[in-house]
Amino acid sequence: MSGTTVDSHQSAADHAHGHAHSGSHSGIGHFLNTYVFSRDHKIIGLQFLFSTLLWFLVGGLLALGIRWQVAFPWKTMPVIGPALFSAEGGQISPEFYTTLVTMHATVMIFFVIIPILAGAFGNYLIPLMIGADDMAFPVLNMLSYWFMWPAFICIGSAFFQQPYGAGAGWTSYPPLSAIPEAAPASATAQTMWLIGITFVGVSSMMGSVNYLTTIIQMRAPGMTMFRLPLTIWAMFITAILQAFALPVLTAAGFMQVTDRLLGTGFFLPEGLSVNNAEPVSGGGQPLLWQHLFWFYSHPAVYIMILPAMGMVSDIIACFSRKPIFGYKPMVYSISGIAGLGFIVWGHHMFVSGMHPMLGMTFMVATMMIALPSAVKVFNWLGTIWGGKIQFTTPMLFSLSFVSMFIIGGLSGIFMAATPVDIFIHDTYYIVAHFHYVLFAGTAMGVFGAIYFWYPKMFGRMMNEFWGKWHFFLTFVFLNGTFFLMHVLGAVGFPRRLADPYEYDIFRPLQPMNQFITICAIGMVASQVIFAANFFLSMFFGSRVGRNPWNANSLEWMAPSPPGHGNFDFQPVVYRGPYEYGSPEVDIDYYPQTMPPPAGVSPIAGNRGAH
Amino acid sequence: MGRFWSILFLLVPVLGVLTFVLAINEVGPFYRHWLPVNINDHGGIIDSLFMFILYLTGVIFVATGLVLFWFLWKYDVAKNRAPVKFSHGSHTLEVIWSILPAATLLFIAIYQMNAWADAKLRRPLLSTGPDKTAGTRDDVVQPPLVEVTARQFEWRIRYAGSDGQIGTPDDVYTVNDLHIPVDEEVVLQLKSMDVLHSFFLPHMRVKQDAVPGMKQFLWFRANRTGTYDLVCAELCGWGHYKMRGRLYVESRQQFDKWLKEKFQEQEQTELKGPPAESAE
Repeated sequence: MSGTTVDSHQSAADHAHGHAHSGSHSGIGHFLNTYVFSRDHKIIGLQFLFSTLLWFLVGGLLALGIRWQVAFPWKTMPVIGPALFSAEGGQISPEFYTTLVTMHATVMIFFVIIPILAGAFGNYLIPLMIGADDMAFPVLNMLSYWFMWPAFICIGSAFFQQPYGAGAGWTSYPPLSAIPEAAPASATAQTMWLIGITFVGVSSMMGSVNYLTTIIQMRAPGMTMFRLPLTIWAMFITAILQAFALPVLTAAGFMQVTDRLLGTGFFLPEGLSVNNAEPVSGGGQPLLWQHLFWFYSHPAVYIMILPAMGMVSDIIACFSRKPIFGYKPMVYSISGIAGLGFIVWGHHMFVSGMHPMLGMTFMVATMMIALPSAVKVFNWLGTIWGGKIQFTTPMLFSLSFVSMFIIGGLSGIFMAATPVDIFIHDTYYIVAHFHYVLFAGTAMGVFGAIYFWYPKMFGRMMNEFWGKWHFFLTFVFLNGTFFLMHVLGAVGFPRRLADPYEYDIFRPLQPMNQFITICAIGMVASQVIFAANFFLSMFFGSRVGRNPWNANSLEWMAPSPPGHGNFDFQPVVYRGPYEYGSPEVDIDYYPQTMPPPAGVSPIAGNRGAH
Repeated sequence: MGRFWSILFLLVPVLGVLTFVLAINEVGPFYRHWLPVNINDHGGIIDSLFMFILYLTGVIFVATGLVLFWFLWKYDVAKNRAPVKFSHGSHTLEVIWSILPAATLLFIAIYQMNAWADAKLRRPLLSTGPDKTAGTRDDVVQPPLVEVTARQFEWRIRYAGSDGQIGTPDDVYTVNDLHIPVDEEVVLQLKSMDVLHSFFLPHMRVKQDAVPGMKQFLWFRANRTGTYDLVCAELCGWGHYKMRGRLYVESRQQFDKWLKEKFQEQEQTELKGPPAESAE
């Protein structure tokens, strides 16, 4: 089970601090091998973290562009207006608005959420939390990061082609996306977008194969599957989802590229003519794309939340100083979400023209997927019940994950109810829903995870005072931004309209949209506190030992930051990771590697193994 | 600080409920910030389902929010002197909180199926055919009164005319202006010429994507005359935002009169030929 880790530990201990201090390997080649083309999972994880945080900034600014236009349509957009549209007096073009919504979603989903969860935290935490010295395939791991760069370049280059990005929505529905003449943004930028997405897929694929192998093969002695932290369980299930769903998106992406470049017509019906262009040869079906796209992208929704759920579970147990409530139901509900996640994609297509009978079956599956999510919420509440809650910054972010995920989960039931979806489909109701899940849920969980594991990554604490200010302002502004969108949705306010006030029914909504925009600006501005805290703490944060939070899982037994090879001893696991407050020991935590005291039969400690 | 954070989390259900109460009652800045007036006989069921789910989820939202607040308040490390409740979970509780939501969700799923079938499956019938039972093969479905063809960035509308059939010489054409008679079942046929569009009548609670290569049918029964918005709800290109149509709900007499006038107007234009040619 873990022969690799045992064999390599002698050498791991030898150069645990080797690369940092060694003078003999100095030179540019050494620097490149250590920090750039590194095969160390921790460096790769940090590379993912830095890249995705930079893209997070880009995605956030794009969101402000959207918000500006919705609140103050055709008013000079700050910065972008004078820079790109000086000829129009700073007034953005309507097609630029479609590229804003497309690129905001693309950047946030493909360059931030998916790679920050699986790429950054998956890479950093998996070997450390299972007691391995590195990933199973270090070179493949390095490639999974470097395959993000062609994607960054392709999609980044779309920003420099008129009208400054792809504009068919992140869902890229044909025929709009498949026919270059259909819109200015459907020209070259769209091809670059599709190629970029394919590279993201290749990168995720390499990552997921690696995670699966590593978790199955390289666990430390005593680390049974049911002693894994929930973070690792979530990463494991996520990797399965990616491995099975991604090939479909990759195939669909290639089909759309050939539709565009070779006229294959997979997604285009016969005789279709858009914008007076040559009629297409056709023989295809626009709905086929939607099926293929959502067959990946609905499981991807869970790829975007499960790892955050896992990390939040670990953080909540640690700061409640109490075992996680219902460990196995948590594992089963992660698996249940993943399993059901494969048969609910049609709920994105209730009004698409898909047969209404098929809609009914998807509706039932969709309703049922709310069940494992509910079980998880109840178990988190059960975990804090009767604990000793420490309101640290990571804990506050994790609690807000729970609080906000309740809203995001419940609002999903409206959309799952097919008749209600007829009305609120493609309105701000769905915008509110997925931002509650993905921003108020995942992104807040990720912030919590950054504050929690930062001392392990850099050996220094982030500032708690500023961390709490960051939490408070983000929490207030995010609710100001997203909660009111439910109300807009109830009026039927559609997404992706450059100027919604053309319609009489939506004209009274402009003041509320202006309020939302002000909150959104506040939310983005609050991240300055985070950025400053993140970078300054690397140099001025207080130094920490191995286990600053008094946590149980294996990564806290390694040095902070861990050297190459991670552990300076061979970890042997005696129990699950959640034995906080165990009566077997005098301290309120009970690390997984700590042998049971003499004379104590390790009943409670072994509970996780059954 | 535990007290402060607990109260911050308490504000979530408090302000959340307050927002919805203000919106439903359209108080102050929330004026006209709720479901628009429903003018479709088939739309009421959608509104009541929406409100039913709102109340149901509202109860869960408030309950879980209060529990979260109470636990944070009570088990704050600074205040809680009792030892940690060392527990790995409870099988009974897991069973209860699996079965209760499962039953509720299944109930919602089954409860709404009828409304969905009314909206998308049970097209109005002219007659039930020789066997006199609805839902069989002999049903004679009501033919469409009007065909809407979406294209970048307008709605092309064609009326069946006096013979009640679309595709005959007496068809009447308009762009973006959809006239329908009040208090009658109207069947509408929806197509697209180019990309995806979505035919959305917010006041009717009707939405259907228009897909090139496919023909869709919609039906509704308006119960209030007036002028309403027709919205495009699927991103269809740069001009998506201005793809605005108008819905005119009129009495039968007014509708017939309008249709006749429109037809005559059309005939005259055709006799004269397109204006550009006559100018030459």
